Amino acid sequence: MSEKYRLNKNLAQMLKGGVIMDVTTAEEAKIAEEAGAVAVMALEKVPADIRKEGGIARMSDPKMIKKIAKTVSIPVMAKVRIGHFVEAQILEALEIDYIDESEVLTPADESYHIDKRKFEIPFVCGATNLGEALRRIGEGAAMIRTKGEAGTGNVVEAVRHMRKINSQINNLTTLSSEQLMTAAKEMQAPFELVEYIAEHGKLPVVNFAAGGIATPADAALMMQLGCDGVFVGSGIFRSGNPAKRAEAIVRATTHYRDPQIIAEVSEDLGKAMSGIDVNGLTDAEKMADRGW
Amino acid sequence: MKIKVGVLALQGGVAEHLDHLNQIENVQALAVKKPEELNSCAGLIIPGGESTTIRKLIKAYNFKKAIRKFYQQQKVIWGSCAGLILLAAEVEGEKEEQLGLLDIKVKRNAFGSQLNSFIEKAVIPKISDSIQELVFIRAPLITEVGRGIEILYQKEGQIAAVESKNLIGTSFHPELTDSNAFHQYFVSKIRNKIS
Repeated sequence: MSEKYRLNKNLAQMLKGGVIMDVTTAEEAKIAEEAGAVAVMALEKVPADIRKEGGIARMSDPKMIKKIAKTVSIPVMAKVRIGHFVEAQILEALEIDYIDESEVLTPADESYHIDKRKFEIPFVCGATNLGEALRRIGEGAAMIRTKGEAGTGNVVEAVRHMRKINSQINNLTTLSSEQLMTAAKEMQAPFELVEYIAEHGKLPVVNFAAGGIATPADAALMMQLGCDGVFVGSGIFRSGNPAKRAEAIVRATTHYRDPQIIAEVSEDLGKAMSGIDVNGLTDAEKMADRGW
Repeated sequence: MKIKVGVLALQGGVAEHLDHLNQIENVQALAVKKPEELNSCAGLIIPGGESTTIRKLIKAYNFKKAIRKFYQQQKVIWGSCAGLILLAAEVEGEKEEQLGLLDIKVKRNAFGSQLNSFIEKAVIPKISDSIQELVFIRAPLITEVGRGIEILYQKEGQIAAVESKNLIGTSFHPELTDSNAFHQYFVSKIRNKIS
């Protein structure tokens, strides 16, 4: 393991128990920081708006990302399209803290994800199951998140992905050593990483929940399911009272096992984002199916 | 005698400190989420994480008074990275009040973004004779120290670890290495106080 990769995994460890919030302006970034976000994701349009407006979604304007980076002292992340390594080179040149190779943007490559080992900057990538998570880690991702179904305000897909990853991890720990190569073949995952999971019973990197988290209860649910922290995209700044909801989600993430506190912070938050039923989406509209 | 050592568990690298502490004989580590849980602890670690986030949560859940009281009871506190910032009397360019227990001035993100994070190897005689890995992640630096503050580690005039009678501050992360030397030292400092 290179020193850089180790440091990048370490940075993700420092984000644990925290909430990473999508922001589209410096003002929103400030609100997120004030509310206690551990990092912000700088992007021009939140996933809910990307869904609404359609068209090609790309990396955000560097000027806007730089402005947000200047406004806050917490780490700044930004998204690139799956496989678009030049967008990643640009973000690395901007010296932000983390890149999200994200299915929320329109994929630039139908076959290949970015070879993340070529970069010094850390990457976070989405996954719907363990094989996908291990492929991304094999490519050099220093952090994993569930894909969920971004921009829907519906947590069901994030729950599905988290449960799937957990059960696959548990399953690997019960296998004997001669069964591991077959498991790697079936999961289409690097053998060394399959071995690591079988031995340690957990991913070698931090795993956050993302996609459809809209309430403090959603965040606590994902934490109780075993993730290390949460991303909240459209759920905050497309709701009635962003500052209050942001703070409430931060507190629910810290005290995720304390129903009393979660109840307190859930009071009087105003309107949640209206949301979309995932079952109503066509395959073409589902972002989680992007990437492999 | 078995002692309980708390790790402030509001956000950040909590599990890493708990693991290191639990490896030490006769130490029971405790994730502290509520101020009253401090009562049973002989020492406290404020971990790395996002200092602005931890600071908000300290304020929201009345930890400020509790940690200051803990300190006044002559109990030992160690802040690593974000924890160091929170202990400091002053943060460069910021007015917001921290815990203000350690008479130092710190500079946040002193090295820049994540691209400038690094690992250094050094011997810190007071901690251990063996070489330690010092992991700096978007690390702060100590730019001024007050009276009664001992510098444990500095390189080219940049101060990264300090100690006072009841406090330790490190801008790097011993909990992210395989070494237990810093945690051992912290626990022995606690034991010296209570024996």
